[in-house]
Amino acid sequence: MAWTRDQLAQRAARELRDGFYVNLGIGIPTLVANYIPSNLKVVLQSENGMLGMGPFPYEGEEDPDLINAGKQTITQLPISSYFSSSDSFGMIRGGHIDLSILGAMEVAENGDLANWMVPGKVVKGMGGAMDLVAGVKKVVVVMEHTSKDGSPKFKPRCELPLTGANVVDMVITDLAVFARPDRKSQFRLIELASGVTADEVRSKTSAAYLAT
Amino acid sequence: MTQATKVYQDARAALDGILKDGMTIMSGGFGLCGIPENLITALRDSGVRGLTVISNNAGVDEWGLGLLLKSKQIAKMVSSYVGENKEFERQYLAGELQLEFNPQGTLAERIRAGGAGIFGFYTRTGAGTLVAEGKEQRVVNGDTYILETGLTADVSLIKAWKGDTEGNLIYRKTARNFNPMMATAGRVTVAEVEHLVQPGELDPDQIHTPGIFVKRIIQGTSYVKAIEQRTVRKRSAA
Repeated sequence: MAWTRDQLAQRAARELRDGFYVNLGIGIPTLVANYIPSNLKVVLQSENGMLGMGPFPYEGEEDPDLINAGKQTITQLPISSYFSSSDSFGMIRGGHIDLSILGAMEVAENGDLANWMVPGKVVKGMGGAMDLVAGVKKVVVVMEHTSKDGSPKFKPRCELPLTGANVVDMVITDLAVFARPDRKSQFRLIELASGVTADEVRSKTSAAYLAT
Repeated sequence: MTQATKVYQDARAALDGILKDGMTIMSGGFGLCGIPENLITALRDSGVRGLTVISNNAGVDEWGLGLLLKSKQIAKMVSSYVGENKEFERQYLAGELQLEFNPQGTLAERIRAGGAGIFGFYTRTGAGTLVAEGKEQRVVNGDTYILETGLTADVSLIKAWKGDTEGNLIYRKTARNFNPMMATAGRVTVAEVEHLVQPGELDPDQIHTPGIFVKRIIQGTSYVKAIEQRTVRKRSAA
């Protein structure tokens, strides 16, 4: 059985470590916040200028001056701090954020990532994605294993314009997990979703990777 | 002889004499959070056209910079993300609007550099992507960096929470975002605040933008402070 969106988020949450400062992208990565183990101290960064992101507000307590990077209303915590966009990306670019979890359209076997534009379609912009993958210490991609037409998304090289070159450390899909110890190494299949076989993963992946 | 004052009666008066067609404007805010509502409306009402607008986003159809798009006063946007604006999409696809995408952190740093008198900087952000095309590159210790240049504007429009008559500003929560850098990068920076106070009422240790950067300031009125994504949680049942 392939992992559901929530199971994907749960699996990604296992990459969290005590004391980590973490930036979560929009979509499934946002759900990771629901699965932070209660015994870990994890601080969420929102690139529009906040550390220590709290949960959504109770109805009637929304503050228009307090939103996350997805423009959703949020709350602050006792540990929270606010800062400018340049300070925010200083901490991102400067390698002070431990982990970035984000979505992808394509990941290449060499760690290239494409997640911001499709030529011929309306381009909304890269937002902070290029800065995040260029600066954060560890980059974890969470995505469906194949696109809607069944074609592999983890492939020999990205066909879409890149968000970053050689920036991905781990790929978590609804079928499997691929990881590599550093950015000079090849990805290795390290985990299968329950009931999914290595052969099935192989048949739905065009990227080269090391077997478990 | 009277002392120079930075305080103007309203947004229209604060923009009087500093606008011209084809100029470059910086406008603070992230989405609709921390945008200079009064000044954007006054800019629209001025009728000035052919603007280059540097702003992280382009507002929504009926609000923020969307107002200036609707009235076709913008010729070019410099932004990182413009996904929430249908009219923007229409004008761009029709070739009526130019667009320059910058990675968000690169945009923030370009503005900071511009205001700080720094010509440019080398960054890893965007190396190996379309963003790097046509830019000088350097390889240092095996990493590729690209040269990004500082940005300035003819006029910067800023929104702060509190300000005093000297132009000292304090922002509130995530409404700070791009405002502090843009305040430094405008040849004329105009700020609107929710609370305009007298000198001495703001703690000098808490000032985010020192008054030297602000040439004109107004007490804003009728704030809408629209929310793009109203997300809430249920109170747990007793």
